[in-house]
Amino acid sequence: MLLNMGPQHPSTHGVIRFVVKTDGEVMSEAMPDVGYLHRSIEKIGEICDYNGFMPYTDRADYLSAMNANQGYAMVVEKLLGLEVPRRAEFLRVIAAEFNRIISHLLSVGALAMDVGAATPFIHALKEREKVNDLMEALCGQRLTYNYVRIGGVSYDMPPNCSERCLDFLDRFEPQWDEFERLVSANKIFIERLSKVGTISREDAIAYNLVGPNLRASGVDYDLRRDIPYSIYPELDFNVIVGRGEQGEVGDSFDRYIVRVREIRESIKILRQCFSRIPEGDILAKMPKVLKPPVGEAYVRTESSRGDMGYYLISDGSAKAFRLRIRTGSFTGMAIIQKISQGMMIADLVTLIASLDVVAPEIDR
Amino acid sequence: MENFANYLHDNFLWGAPLWVVQVIVQFGFALLLLMVFVSPFAGILSFIERRIAGRMQDRIGPNRVGPQGLLQFLADGIKSLLKEDLIPKSADKPLFIIAPYLVFLGMFTTFVALPFASKLIVADLNVGILYVFATSSLTVVGLVMAGWGSGSKWSMLGGMRAAAQVISYEIPAGLAALTVLLPAGSLSMQKIIASQGAHPWQWFIFSTPFTLVAFFILFTSLVAEGNRAPFDLPEAESELVSGYNTEYSGMRFVFFFFAEWANLYVMAAILTTLFLGGWQIPQSLSVASASAASWLPQVLQLIFFQLKCLAIIFLVIQLRWTLPRIRMDQLMTLCWKYMVPIGFFCVIGTAAWMMIFPQGAPKMAYLLTALAGVTVIYYFYRVVWQIKVSHAQIELNPFV
Repeated sequence: MLLNMGPQHPSTHGVIRFVVKTDGEVMSEAMPDVGYLHRSIEKIGEICDYNGFMPYTDRADYLSAMNANQGYAMVVEKLLGLEVPRRAEFLRVIAAEFNRIISHLLSVGALAMDVGAATPFIHALKEREKVNDLMEALCGQRLTYNYVRIGGVSYDMPPNCSERCLDFLDRFEPQWDEFERLVSANKIFIERLSKVGTISREDAIAYNLVGPNLRASGVDYDLRRDIPYSIYPELDFNVIVGRGEQGEVGDSFDRYIVRVREIRESIKILRQCFSRIPEGDILAKMPKVLKPPVGEAYVRTESSRGDMGYYLISDGSAKAFRLRIRTGSFTGMAIIQKISQGMMIADLVTLIASLDVVAPEIDR
Repeated sequence: MENFANYLHDNFLWGAPLWVVQVIVQFGFALLLLMVFVSPFAGILSFIERRIAGRMQDRIGPNRVGPQGLLQFLADGIKSLLKEDLIPKSADKPLFIIAPYLVFLGMFTTFVALPFASKLIVADLNVGILYVFATSSLTVVGLVMAGWGSGSKWSMLGGMRAAAQVISYEIPAGLAALTVLLPAGSLSMQKIIASQGAHPWQWFIFSTPFTLVAFFILFTSLVAEGNRAPFDLPEAESELVSGYNTEYSGMRFVFFFFAEWANLYVMAAILTTLFLGGWQIPQSLSVASASAASWLPQVLQLIFFQLKCLAIIFLVIQLRWTLPRIRMDQLMTLCWKYMVPIGFFCVIGTAAWMMIFPQGAPKMAYLLTALAGVTVIYYFYRVVWQIKVSHAQIELNPFV
């Protein structure tokens, strides 16, 4: 039977389509069909000037817009040879780590929902709302922040922001314990996730998986530590690697638990940032119109969905000659066809959710 | 009723023979009774479920229509009545149209045999429990028809899942019920209740360890038969869009949900009847209230019955909003590899127990009751502890 899963399906997380060949419940093949959300963001990057493109990076990955902002700002700064003020670097990392928390919150919440439990999703979103409030206090936006600027950030922290953030973290940690009690130790949840959609170490590298998906497959690799950028070398955090606690290394449960624990690492990073943040400027001195010298640059950042790369070619004018964005969801989609053979339909849903595929990030 | 039929015949329907008019009037009356009597069960249950779900998810739930949103189900019903009743082009029209009514029928005819009090029962059939199981499995025909008739592949998958699931779980349900029928010695609902007592240690659930296990088997299978989470595979929203009811709209859609909520009540009533002593109230209370008014014991019995049902319903609702959904193969494994063998073991065990202890074993009953009591107390302790932990952090106005 040829089933058409999507473009409108409750668990494809946006507009993704799968052409699924099934024999009853068991699938023989699931072919991903991408492109429903293509908005030519890379082309827009060649039309806008450098500062004008910043809001579009929000839309490249709307669930972790800060990380996407940061990557783009970093690539332009690399071309310009610009030094970013230290306070701005801290603010960027704070924003990015908060964004990682809420992106992972949504990811594990949606995974729980796709497995059939509605309540954890709501609980995760409840916490996400609180972070959104903090983000709103920081930059006035709740989803597409447009906070990071080339050469710094747009606003400094409001007066009591750091107390509010620390207060939130204090409250959030017990809440996260509660979430774990509700979900991580649940027998049915573990049964649904363990040994489902196992991606071996070799496959993960061969298919170029990145970020939490890669680490879940047992590859100890995190850009924040291995190709450090910004202030990450000064910070103390662990890289979470999947260990196959409930089955095999690289199964859906590992991908889930890696995200759950990365949230705790992000909390750790945030606490360090708030204790060390220096005073100072938040924006470097820059000309009105940015004209980077002729050349090209590639910058990789660890976004919530892994290695997010910006490749920029400048021809010396005020607009980029070519901009290419490399995202984690795209490669995550590619491996679905291989892994999904012989799976059940219910497991495909789990696999998609556990890979944390975000539709706009696939197509850009 | 006859007078009304005669009146209709004489004044409006001169052409039709009298017996036809009488039959129509009787059907109409039965229908009205069913709707008036049964729909509050489904409706109020939907309200309870939505409020509990809201509380569990840190939101409020319906609170606008009527006091505390109690009449929300009426508003929803009226809204659905006014909606367009869409029949897809690819649907198998007759099947598509009939299916919801079959589901409805299967669920609501069981109400006939439910014993609400010692005299409050429509028909005390001598095959009562058999009748309940038989009619409630009529729904599966409706579900398969709905799945096939919708002409959509997702719906068909849902229908197939429903067929496999409901039919499979009939077997452990039957076996678990059998453990009670052995000591009761009757299929009649009233006689099953009459052979139990008012106190927990006189209930069948605690009479032997085997019936205690059988209670949980019956509980699980009835949840599965009613397509409730964690066994809601036929209507799995995230997998099959919405399963067999994807293509339905308007009143037909409501019929499905009506049946689902009514089924929630029916399963609680079955469990209460078989295992939890049904409407039994203590003898002293019964005598005392009868001296006040002859109808008072009936009312007390009704209240006791409803309280027991509500406790089970609350448990089912809590499970639904806590647990994830299990997978199809896990569902079948659970049924055929675990519940059916354990069910057989329970039947044999109960029979053996009856041979060994012809007079029953009250000490074992006391022990099991005490264990259950401790479990319930621990449960409430955990609930209170959880509320304390999470409510310590709630800020009152989230919009500030």
